[in-house]
Amino acid sequence: MSIIVDEQTKLVVSGLTGREGSFHGLRNREYGTDLVAGVTPGKGGQEVDGVPVFDSIAEAVADRGANTSMIFVPARFASAAIEEAIDAGVGTVIAITEGIPVLDMLRVYWKARAAGVRLIGPNCPGVLSPGKSNVGIIPAQFFDRGSIGVVSKSGTLTYQIGNELKQAGMGNSSIVGIGGDPIVGSDFIDVLTLYEEDPETEMIVMVGEIGGDAEERAADFIAESLSKPVVAYIAGFTAPPGKQMGHAGAIISGSSGTADAKKKALEAKGVRVGKSPTETASLAVETLS
Amino acid sequence: MDLLEYQGKQLFAEHAVPVPEGRHAATVDDAVAAANEIGYPCVVKAQVAIGKRGKAGGIKIARDEDEARAHSEAILGMDIRGFTVHDLWIEQASEISSEYYASVILDRSEKKLLAMLSSMGGMDVEEMAETDPDALVRRHVEPGREFGADDAHELAVDAGIDEDVTGQVAEMLVKLVRLAFDEDATLIEVNPLIVTGDRRVIALDSKATIDNNALFRHPELAELTDKSAEDPQEAMAKEKGLTYVKLGGNIGILGNGAGLCMSTLDVVAQAGGKPANFLDAGGGSKAEAIVDALEVITSDPNVTAILFNIFGGITRCDEIAKGIIEASRQIEITVPLVVRLDGTNSEEGLGILADAELGNLHVEQTMLGAAEAVVELAR
Repeated sequence: MSIIVDEQTKLVVSGLTGREGSFHGLRNREYGTDLVAGVTPGKGGQEVDGVPVFDSIAEAVADRGANTSMIFVPARFASAAIEEAIDAGVGTVIAITEGIPVLDMLRVYWKARAAGVRLIGPNCPGVLSPGKSNVGIIPAQFFDRGSIGVVSKSGTLTYQIGNELKQAGMGNSSIVGIGGDPIVGSDFIDVLTLYEEDPETEMIVMVGEIGGDAEERAADFIAESLSKPVVAYIAGFTAPPGKQMGHAGAIISGSSGTADAKKKALEAKGVRVGKSPTETASLAVETLS
Repeated sequence: MDLLEYQGKQLFAEHAVPVPEGRHAATVDDAVAAANEIGYPCVVKAQVAIGKRGKAGGIKIARDEDEARAHSEAILGMDIRGFTVHDLWIEQASEISSEYYASVILDRSEKKLLAMLSSMGGMDVEEMAETDPDALVRRHVEPGREFGADDAHELAVDAGIDEDVTGQVAEMLVKLVRLAFDEDATLIEVNPLIVTGDRRVIALDSKATIDNNALFRHPELAELTDKSAEDPQEAMAKEKGLTYVKLGGNIGILGNGAGLCMSTLDVVAQAGGKPANFLDAGGGSKAEAIVDALEVITSDPNVTAILFNIFGGITRCDEIAKGIIEASRQIEITVPLVVRLDGTNSEEGLGILADAELGNLHVEQTMLGAAEAVVELAR
């Protein structure tokens, strides 16, 4: 087992005919992901290295049985592509695109929820289930199969921690990049829930960043609803206190969103927080041994 | 991006949100001309993106032309907690009978816009939310449903707004919510929202944050600038399309990916160093981006050593190495440069660096080792 992507994943890539979309889509296929189709309006009938391209996601679903959509189209068209994927009836949408306007995501978030579609991202590196399937831009060579589930707001930081785990002889059930945007389709709590239900996952490494209160809310959730151990890392202790105007942000979340506040919230609920990526990896190793 | 008060008020005016009559001025002569046009008494207001301007002496009432000139001369060029005043807003003075508070903000946790209202405006809202949370009433804008006059009216009644002006306050709140959606604002704050002596409701201040990702559909907002906040390195980085934040220390930092870059700042600080900046070279960085980044970092006179912390995913370490060598040809790097390359093509990258035999280059294997080395070299 693993979560979100696995051997059953049949992937359709929106933007497969673009430079980035074809590079990563074909890399995913090379890894073993079942890449069944690409979508680019107006380019239906073409092929990208043997992969058929359709005009719409609905056609890719009907013709090739796609169940997972990856969004690689430019930011200004990306929210429409996500909505198209939701309407086409795929179960999972993974949006890699960076720079989508946040109010567009507000609309898309509620549409995905209403349709019961799992949305990961945007502005995320995707999901990798080592040895099974890779959807996105996570470099698979730094991760082995194993029992540690990873959920992270950051891409490169996750590769860093994954690589240290690998060097320590540990592997991962899945690696999920949820993205660091203000509005993402799935939060820490959503992914922690999936790991709790996944028999292959024995423990979870959670990588957070300054901003918002997703880490603080995850801390409560871990204490109340999670039986599996969690080790965390938070980046941004030295980050400047944003040149933000107005105070309404802090009022509503009830948290300053600083790294320190997140660390304290997690530690108060018994979650160990590493000081560096290296220490976080050692804490994970310690927890499992 | 954060709008200055006058930029926000101009946006309010376009959306029929009542604001006092005012003019923008960047010179003393223009300010005096604006004051004469508006009439006296008027208010000379410093335009900087930071609060408590009044306490800092950045807001003054002018009763005649001499005072308008004197205040403009004093305020232009003034430093308000690190922000230099380059712009003034000359505004008709308002007679204040009540001060309220209104805001519309993106609530990340609930994934909805949130409208807030209070009859206790003009003060520090954060403090009020803590000491008297009931004084601030809130209502979410439900997805797919318009925030209408009824919603706003209920909120105004709950907030204890004077009965004779609930209609006007509600109307303004509806306009502010619509403005947020139309202009891609993630924060709009009006503090104070005032009732004048003749019972008109107007926005006496404005704070607005526009989503940078949406600027492509607001070309007129994208052109607005705020000279008061501009730092030479930040301006240079912006021109080159790099994500750079000045931090004031002496160790120049470059990382790839925002998370890894923040983590690098943290481990450098833990090792006893003071980061000079945050610079995210981004995913898939090419050699030219590295040249640009080094140019920005080395232009900061405080920098005494530089750390490159790269974990290559999509980014290829050989590209980074090529960029470092290209940069050393194009610009003079006089300070030590510590490089840690790991991940995709790291062996090729390290080979390229070894072959180049650069004098002040120090290669480290691990992130923590690199942090310790750069702190030592920066002394």
